[in-house]
Amino acid sequence: MKKEKTHIDYKNTVIKVRGLEKSFEDYAVLRGIDLDLYQGENLVVLGRSGSGKSVLIKLISGLLKPDKGTIEVLGKDVTAISEKELQDLRIRIGFSFQNSALYDSMTVRKNLEFPLVRNRKNITRKEIDNAVETVLEAVGLSQTINQMPAELSGGQRKRIGIARTLILNPEIMLYDEPTAGLDPITCIEINDLINEVQQRYNTSSIIITHDLTCAKTTGDRIAMLLDGKFQRVGTFEEVFNTNDARIKPFFDYNFTQ
Amino acid sequence: MDTVNSTEPHLSKPGPGIKQRLATFFTDIYKIHLFIVRFFKEAFMPPYEFKEVVRQCYEVGVRSFTLITVTGFIVGLIFTKQSRPSLAAFGANSWLPSLVSIAIMRALAPLVTALIASGKVGSSIGAELGSMRVTEQIDAMEVSGTNPFKFLVCTRVLATTLTIPLLATYTAFIGLLGGYINVAQNEGTSYTSFMEQVFQPLNFIDIWQSLIKAIVFGFTIGIVGCYQGYYSTKGTEGVGKAANGAVVTAMFLVFIEEIIIVQLTGFFRS
Repeated sequence: MKKEKTHIDYKNTVIKVRGLEKSFEDYAVLRGIDLDLYQGENLVVLGRSGSGKSVLIKLISGLLKPDKGTIEVLGKDVTAISEKELQDLRIRIGFSFQNSALYDSMTVRKNLEFPLVRNRKNITRKEIDNAVETVLEAVGLSQTINQMPAELSGGQRKRIGIARTLILNPEIMLYDEPTAGLDPITCIEINDLINEVQQRYNTSSIIITHDLTCAKTTGDRIAMLLDGKFQRVGTFEEVFNTNDARIKPFFDYNFTQ
Repeated sequence: MDTVNSTEPHLSKPGPGIKQRLATFFTDIYKIHLFIVRFFKEAFMPPYEFKEVVRQCYEVGVRSFTLITVTGFIVGLIFTKQSRPSLAAFGANSWLPSLVSIAIMRALAPLVTALIASGKVGSSIGAELGSMRVTEQIDAMEVSGTNPFKFLVCTRVLATTLTIPLLATYTAFIGLLGGYINVAQNEGTSYTSFMEQVFQPLNFIDIWQSLIKAIVFGFTIGIVGCYQGYYSTKGTEGVGKAANGAVVTAMFLVFIEEIIIVQLTGFFRS
């Protein structure tokens, strides 16, 4: 499916990252990241495995603490707010994990209900059922409601993972390798779903991937993360219109070979 | 291309030195201390997870019930059978119920329950949380606005702390039942008479000592299992290590605590 034209509000920055640095022991993964994500935009972060892409979104969601720099999400500095404020902020951010991270011991229904029941104290049974049905319908998997995660395929698990984040109506979506380990047809379906989520829920998203088809299909803007910094940021064509030996192989591998 | 031999230098790499091992040991002690402090900070602060605590209590009870029933019964039966010849040598067969009662109530019931629970419950908690950690389920819980420490750790530790004393009491009765069957078979003692002799030598301190031991053992099994699982790393290998570490460490600590509590209650007795 071709990406529909989306309305991006360039005056409204939902994520603002400045001078972000993160090291693990002696290895500096991120060495001064600056990033702006605008309302309604899909920003794709490309990079090699181990380049710190997943670390970046874990820092944004507050799962990791940065060594240096500021991360402002929906007007709040993630590095400076209290645990309670961070918990409230996280409800407004959806995080789709690389391996879906569905709760093994719960059915699909219970997986989807979990964030709702935990965060909306006075919600009625009917409202829960309606919300579950709506998100399952949105990801096209209504028939799996009573299945266990182990009974689902890789693609279905990804979709349910996305549905679980959508149930809280997030303003921002963070996708960690949404198409990793999936067959090409399922990849196309997931890419379409990402675009559909953007349209239907009016989300702003950061999509972490090294799949250029995913980047091209879903991204309004691409940021190439190399050596701990964004080396090129722009549209797909702008980023790959280069002879940089660190960037060109990405394109060649995906589209030339 | 790498050959099998090329990995040999890596495999034969010397392990960490004594200094590094000591440093790791003390770092672990410090981390466990922080983990326990965090438990007390979060477990008794609202919002409370009553439903999940009850569910976990049920899980702990159900997981160990059958094994504890069988083990408790066998321990009571065998202990009585093995003690008889020694007492018979002094013509003191009539003291058998009292001996069995003191042994079971003071030491065997909480200890046997704790060891069984370390294997069944501790390993299961370690593996469950370990697998949730490596598959990012704990992170998923955190980003969906739920405090995973409160939901996963506090509930499990409270469940083991509350349930293991109940299981230990049950083990004591099952053990005494095993002892009674053996005594009734050999000495023809009636149930009423056996029970009278069982409770005669017991005092307030015995009951409290047993209860306190079971509470401490339950807390230890829960904390160790959760700590091992919650900070599990290195993928599936880490899950195995967490389960194994939960059992070994909990069993070791249970024996240490047994010595300490026996010594402490010794002061009150004297």
